Amino acid sequence: MVRRIKSISDPRISLNILSPEDVQRIHTATLDIIESVGVRFPSHKALDIWEAHGATVDRDTMVVKAPGHLIEEALKKAPPVYTLAARDPEQDLPLDGNHVYVGTDGCGVQVIDLETGELRRSRLQDVAEIARVADYVEEIAFHWTPVSAQDCPPHTRSLHEIRVIWENSTKHVQTESIYSEEEARAAVEMAAVIAGGKEELRKRPVLSIMQCTTPPLGQDGGSLEAALVAAEAGLPVGFMTMTSCASTAPATLAGNLVVGNAEVISALALIQLAHPGAPVFYAAAQTAMDLRTGGYTGGGPEDFLFGGATNVLADFYNVPLSMGSFATGAKEPNWQAGVDNSLSTLMACISMSDMLLGVGLLHGSRIWSYEQMLMDCEIFDIVYHMMKGIVVNDETLALDVIRAVGPGGNFLAQKHTKKHMRELWVPQFMDRRPYSEWEKKRDGPRDWAREKARKILATHEPEPLDPKVSAELKRIIASLEK
Amino acid sequence: MGDELFQAMAQSVIDGEVEEAQRLAREALEQGIDPLEAINKGFVVGVNYVGDQYAAGEMFLPDLVLAGEAMKAAVGVLEPELARRGTEREMLGTVVIGTIEGDIHDIGKTLVATMLSTAGFKVYDLGVDVPVPTFVEKAREVGADIVGVSALLTTTMVKQRDVVEALDDAGLRPRVKVIVGGAPVTQGWADEIGADGYSEDAIGAVALAKRLVGAE
Ligand code: B1M
Repeated sequence: MVRRIKSISDPRISLNILSPEDVQRIHTATLDIIESVGVRFPSHKALDIWEAHGATVDRDTMVVKAPGHLIEEALKKAPPVYTLAARDPEQDLPLDGNHVYVGTDGCGVQVIDLETGELRRSRLQDVAEIARVADYVEEIAFHWTPVSAQDCPPHTRSLHEIRVIWENSTKHVQTESIYSEEEARAAVEMAAVIAGGKEELRKRPVLSIMQCTTPPLGQDGGSLEAALVAAEAGLPVGFMTMTSCASTAPATLAGNLVVGNAEVISALALIQLAHPGAPVFYAAAQTAMDLRTGGYTGGGPEDFLFGGATNVLADFYNVPLSMGSFATGAKEPNWQAGVDNSLSTLMACISMSDMLLGVGLLHGSRIWSYEQMLMDCEIFDIVYHMMKGIVVNDETLALDVIRAVGPGGNFLAQKHTKKHMRELWVPQFMDRRPYSEWEKKRDGPRDWAREKARKILATHEPEPLDPKVSAELKRIIASLEK
Repeated sequence: MGDELFQAMAQSVIDGEVEEAQRLAREALEQGIDPLEAINKGFVVGVNYVGDQYAAGEMFLPDLVLAGEAMKAAVGVLEPELARRGTEREMLGTVVIGTIEGDIHDIGKTLVATMLSTAGFKVYDLGVDVPVPTFVEKAREVGADIVGVSALLTTTMVKQRDVVEALDDAGLRPRVKVIVGGAPVTQGWADEIGADGYSEDAIGAVALAKRLVGAE
């Protein structure tokens, strides 16, 4: 039984956020920064690649200064369109600029226990269970490692995590928790087992890898080396900037975009220099520092604008975008979470960001909540319906029906109504009951979301992974644990 | 006219004007004003004002950080004269701080370091990705009262325990106190690894450090 994936396509609403001149200015400023200030690449492997292509490399500071044409030419080699493959090919995700897919958020450190409601440290079993629920939910197209398996050894944790996701779901897996060469090699080996060989994997990458840049104007050495390994094997690789106005970027939004853009495109250029034509994606979750605490906000008007603007940049470079949305700073599923996650998701969807990350985490991507996960999916569902826009034609103008009903009367008994009513949105969790009913039960969206998660966990049986494949994955991990 | 000069010093810190603070410090030296007095009646007054305004929600973190920078710059100018007179400024204590090996998260640790320094601690910031032995060596070298270890990853947080143990092995504890913090760190974790304190934010870290050196 294949579970359908709900994604946005053929959008009928659009956004005017950066003009072509704005984008050109951001691009020119970015190249200026990469050439005159440089970006730090703390990996000798990365520095060797830059040097071989004529960039200026300072081995002491590990800062690379690359001329604009080198960056531009490298980026031209990136494929504009490719597919994220799934264990089940029916769930493949073409990144073709005409789809918006949602994933789970990632690397949470605590979980609100689904049974007891208690807040506790995350563990491997949580990764497995969240993957199982995500496998069921049609709004979720692919997985990130949702929380960290803190009961596994640190150096193989990320591998146990992707193993149990594959064991519990047929959807595409993207990992954001692999940032060393050794782990990346093992992950590639594991993905090849799933895909049925190294060459098959290249054709059907069932795993993709997301790395963070290190703002301002830096990269992480382990992340770079892991990304190079993945790109060599043909796995899609993305780099995410998390520039924050006033702390790791200028206080002004345009300046923030320049710093983050310099980090992302320099990293993508490196991958293209090393492995021309390797599938890469732009990734971003820019924000503004909270002026009072210095904290990462995960919401607010700046985030929403970044959410709308970044796909314009990614389109300019002709690569897919993975955009941070949802990611509220709220401590529990509440008003703040609803506002943050709705607006960030709306903005990122209107500009047709290819991937959205992701549902389920609270407190600035730290606390996993199943309730939030499912309510986030409902937010996406609302936006999904909005993106269909208002269709105007003879059928939708419905003049015959309006004539038939005339002044007064109602449309309930019209065939036209029955024909089109299912295009109207029906909520799962919004409370639209009579007041008296609410007063009797005093329950609401959170309770219903929790119930639904419990039910999915109790009943949903994902397409099992061949036990032989599973054993092989375990063997690969064990070989690193000796 | 000392009073006016002191006021200008405080104002330079409030405005976060680094060059102006340095200029005023030089002026004080030219006028033969006791550098300790310049600090306590001038610059510190500005720092305290900014601290109060920050607490009241009227000023923001960049104000606080810039005020700290201005203060530090002014003290830098005054230091040689302080040393010559043998009237070193009394610090609350010495802190060695860094983000643990394998972890490059910088902002929270730097904020804590800045706040501690502004509050009157001598702070040695070792940066990010700091190996366990480096914490121990630096602590020994500078006679630290407190070692602060920041970790933002669940994979690196486990090494906070190694710092505690290494300081034990080096015979530096219990004299040297260990404080820990960072996104996945909790009081429960701090207790589990035998750290001397935990704080969820930078303001709390200052209060904690003061308590640990008996300054509060
Ligand atoms: C000594 O005593 C003390 C006392 C108090 C102390 C203290 C020490 N240290 C801190 N405190 C406390 O006081 C400070 C001030 O109030 C506070 O410090 P904070 O640092 O918490 O607060 C700062 C003021 C603002 N907060 C921050 O700066 C951190 C925010 C989040 C969003 C975050 C950011 C910004 C970054 N990240 Co990263 N990052 C996340 C963070 C999620 C979150 N909401 O915390 C977290 C911590 N990161 C995470 C991850 C996974 C990663 N990150 C990575 C990278 C980055 C950036 C470089 C992009 C960037 C940091 C930029 C920089 N220059 O520092 C990678 C790490 C690479 C590495 N080797 O370290 C990477 C591995 C991602 C990747 N695949 O590459 C997650 C860790 C999860 C886990 N399970 O371990 C994470 C929770 C987000 C997530 N869910 O994905 C308190 O914690």
